[in-house]
Amino acid sequence: MSDTTWDPSKPILEIENLSISFFTRLREIPAVMDFSCTVMAGEAMGLVGESGCGKSTVALAVMRDLGKNGRIVGGSIKFKGRDLTHMTEEELRHIRGSEIAMIYQEPMASLNPAMKIGAQLAEVPMIHQGMARDDAWKLARQIVADVRLPDPDRILNSYPHQLSGGQQQRIVIAMALMSKPALLILDEPTTALDVTVEAGIVDLVKALGEKYGTSMLFISHNLGLVLDVCDRLCVMYSGEAVETGNVEEVFDKMRHPYTQALFRSIPLPGADKNSRPLVAIPGNFPLPHERPKGCNFGPRCNYFVEGRCNALDIPMADVPDGHRHESRCLRFAEIDWSAPPAAGKTVEKTAIGKVVLKLEDLKKYYSVGSSAFGGGMKKVVKANETLSFEAREGETLAIVGESGCGKSTFAKVLMGLETATSGQIMLFDENVQSTPIQMRGTGTISKLQMVFQNPFDTLNPSSTVGRQIIRALEIFDYGTSDAEREARMLELLDLVKLPRAFADRMPRQLSGGQKQRVGIARAFAGGAKVVVADEPVSALDVSVQAAVTDLLMDIQRKNKTTLLFISHDLSIVRYLSDRVMVMYLGHVVEMGTTDQVFAPPYHPYTEALLSAVPIADTRVQKQRIVLEGDIPSAVNPPPGCPFQTRCRWKAQVPGGLCDREVPPVRTLDGGHQIKCHLSDEVLAKMEPVIKIAAE
Amino acid sequence: MLSFVLRRIGVMILTAFALTFVVFYMTNLPPNLEKLAKSEASVRMDDDAVASWLAENGHTGPVLMRYGEWLGLLPGWTLTAEDGKVTGRCIEDGMDPAAAPTRCGILQGNWGYSTVFKATVSDVLARSLGATGWLMLWVMIVMVPSSLLLGVLSGMREGSRTDRVLSTFAITTTATPEYVSGVILIALLASATAGISPILAEAGWIEGKTLFPGTATSAMDDITFWNFFLPVMTIALYGIGYIARMTRASMTEVMTQQYIRTARLKGVAFRDVVMKHALRNALIAPFTVIMLQFPWLLNGVVIVETLFNYKGFGWTLVQAAGNNDIDTLLACSVVAVFVVLVTQLISDIGYVFLNPRIRLA
Ligand SMILES: Nc1ncnc2c1ncn2[C@@H]1O[C@H](COP(=O)(O)OP(=O)(O)O)[C@@H](O)[C@H]1O
Ligand code: SF4
Ligand code: SF4
Ligand SMILES: [Mg+2]
Repeated sequence: MSDTTWDPSKPILEIENLSISFFTRLREIPAVMDFSCTVMAGEAMGLVGESGCGKSTVALAVMRDLGKNGRIVGGSIKFKGRDLTHMTEEELRHIRGSEIAMIYQEPMASLNPAMKIGAQLAEVPMIHQGMARDDAWKLARQIVADVRLPDPDRILNSYPHQLSGGQQQRIVIAMALMSKPALLILDEPTTALDVTVEAGIVDLVKALGEKYGTSMLFISHNLGLVLDVCDRLCVMYSGEAVETGNVEEVFDKMRHPYTQALFRSIPLPGADKNSRPLVAIPGNFPLPHERPKGCNFGPRCNYFVEGRCNALDIPMADVPDGHRHESRCLRFAEIDWSAPPAAGKTVEKTAIGKVVLKLEDLKKYYSVGSSAFGGGMKKVVKANETLSFEAREGETLAIVGESGCGKSTFAKVLMGLETATSGQIMLFDENVQSTPIQMRGTGTISKLQMVFQNPFDTLNPSSTVGRQIIRALEIFDYGTSDAEREARMLELLDLVKLPRAFADRMPRQLSGGQKQRVGIARAFAGGAKVVVADEPVSALDVSVQAAVTDLLMDIQRKNKTTLLFISHDLSIVRYLSDRVMVMYLGHVVEMGTTDQVFAPPYHPYTEALLSAVPIADTRVQKQRIVLEGDIPSAVNPPPGCPFQTRCRWKAQVPGGLCDREVPPVRTLDGGHQIKCHLSDEVLAKMEPVIKIAAE
Repeated sequence: MLSFVLRRIGVMILTAFALTFVVFYMTNLPPNLEKLAKSEASVRMDDDAVASWLAENGHTGPVLMRYGEWLGLLPGWTLTAEDGKVTGRCIEDGMDPAAAPTRCGILQGNWGYSTVFKATVSDVLARSLGATGWLMLWVMIVMVPSSLLLGVLSGMREGSRTDRVLSTFAITTTATPEYVSGVILIALLASATAGISPILAEAGWIEGKTLFPGTATSAMDDITFWNFFLPVMTIALYGIGYIARMTRASMTEVMTQQYIRTARLKGVAFRDVVMKHALRNALIAPFTVIMLQFPWLLNGVVIVETLFNYKGFGWTLVQAAGNNDIDTLLACSVVAVFVVLVTQLISDIGYVFLNPRIRLA
């Protein structure tokens, strides 16, 4: 509030040659080096890069909250012309929360569990503007309405655990907006949320940014989101900014090999696992203390020139004809940026073989007590309703849907971690639906394996990475000697692109993405015929996703594995699956080949899902369909069609049928199944959600 | 909530039955009864005389039946002697047998007669529990605030100098059992020949020979700082260290949580981060511990009361056990079981109250 002298045409945030190190007992870890960027008033700056490249560190440096062992070792961070790096704690306190606010990934963890939402919100203006308690609550109420939450009064009086993830994140945003900050830092604000919820949050952030004129530093690893939200973009690699510029310019006329590699590794529309496979970036991300001489990206760069690229530190340089477009590459003027990617290895489509897995009318109901201590009325959660399908040898069947739709329950039933309520599961010729995992033979277990959604929970925190993989190999009876298992373990580390040195690390020493890779390495320790992959790549960086999907495809081709790929990410599903099954609240609402599902006619839910997926391609024009509200609770599903509370097509069905009756499964041309009351005429009129504009 | 409490109380009552039965069984083993007979009648009784004394005084029935009588669920025994005189559990001397109640156990408020104190057990219990109640109250008043303060102060900045000093203190005090710390305190503060008392006396700063009295017997009539300080501190010191360490662990964990960072980045001052955001979350675990401390206090009370000759519950228990006072012993165990179970119930309810994530239907 003491910034009346600041000239709004100057940058809000000006970071110059910032270097940040963490000091551990062993060594200094230079997390960020020579980082510069400017954010103008009202501008949204995107910060993208793989995990561990220093995005969060930059954000926390702006907040001056680097923890005990982090220190700014060079450069300056000017906020409205004042250097934050030299401010005292007290001066910082007046800026934090009032002029710069920060939102980070885990909404639940960022809210105090023992404090009412209202109190947490009202605190901000009470601290910074000395507002009276009642006024502050009134303001909180207004802002809660602003972030489009229903029933603000109830929300203000709730505790965080009483809200859904999406609602919590809206509260965190509301909290950041309480004192109308000039700069909002968002560190992966939607990574923990479902796509349709994410789409709502992103819309909200954009609208609020416009409404209040807030500048934003938007950190994300999702290029599609950055395209949606940001005006400008800064690509980071291994602690450095490698390219900055306007979003469109960087997307369409990139001038750094890393940016190019990044775009080639993500599944944009048009990519195909057989004819146009993704190009994963070769090699590994260098650890901060093992960076190469010269260009950090050198060892992985296709355009590397010995003696030039690895000679001296490379400065940022202006790209001619660009708008504040800079690149940290010596050769950007020489490279032919319009050349198509070197023809990647195209492969034959895997032949689809005989049926290996067959489900008939599978149902899984859970009964839950209504109170924490049992007793009371028992309720039934219908986690899976009459699931029927077949999966063939060598086929990839994607199961798509948001959290709580029953995907993971299905996986558990299949694995024998839960037993089905009714129905049949035939694996090869064996009926396994009522055989729990303890009773399944080693043969059955090794035929059917799983890649887990969250390796954070499945990694033992007190055992080294290598030890855990070897342990898995022992369980799968792999190899005869310790040396053999050790060798296989190192191979597996290579496979998931982790440095072999990681074998001796403890899980807590790894970044989120690295832990995920260990989990996958461990799950792939034995060979399998049917692999259930439950969101195996959703927490990974884009370039790693490409590598891991590649890995999955490789295994599949080699072993003719049947892959059940559970995911909420439609881009990756479209890229790698043969058939798609869309689930909502335990129901299969649509099923068909990938082409059938991704083209109209859609099930209304599929349509919304497709629209919500951010696509990192400036040519793509999307129809914006934002779903209202949250997914209903599975304990208390709506009557009639499960999707009726959020469906925008409902009015097209006469006679309120959607409210009353669960729609039947209808089979359209080519075996395409849709569970919806809409008439054929209405379905025929549906327009594609995603259009690619002609160039 | 109500049904939860009711269910807990139901479980409590069952547990109480089981535990008291065990105690009843143990105290009524034949050797104990024989001792009782000899001390009540004559030391020189032979085995036959003991047997007949036991029979006359209702100690020979099946143990379950005697337990039922003691509880007051079954009618008390009666015995018609050869001379026609009717004696019985519920018939006091000189009472008309016809007018006596049929049942007289603890459920009817009849706790029995203390052979050591020569008074009804209810009177003995009331007096000693009252005394112990005061002791506990002061222990809590000293222990809870100081241990929470210590824990919070050392936990809010993990690894700082304050933290290291306070943690060392906490570890030292928990590592010292009461019978050691009690003796040390007496030697330091309440001995005419050792510690600081001789020095103070020499300098003429204290009137008597010692700074603090070595016994707390006078506190039975009138509690003063001087006669209560040592017993209270002896019990509290151990607990302070223990609770402080729990609080510290809980506080350091809370301080690394994301929502603490959120608060910091909202511009909340450090003091308020601790007071408003960390404290309640950090107190959830220690609260449970404090409540579970209560039964443990009974334990410390036994040692301290004996050491300082303070005639409370612990002292009574020691006397009863040492002198084979079966009724008193049984009553003490009922009280102990009750205290343990009630504090557990309170700790569960308090936990729910502090932690909004748990809601009972
Ligand atoms: N407290 C810390 N101590 C040591 N190293 C750290 C610490 N925090 C981050 N780092 C390191 O700094 C680098 C950048 O991390 P971060 O900023 O979290 O990356 P991003 O947000 O882009 O994923 C990583 O190599 C990480 O291991
Ligand atoms: S400087 Fe050389 S190695 Fe680095 S990105 Fe440019 S071409 Fe590649
Ligand atoms: S049945 Fe009705 S509510 Fe359900 S998806 Fe179709 S149109 Fe929408
Ligand atoms: Mg990060």
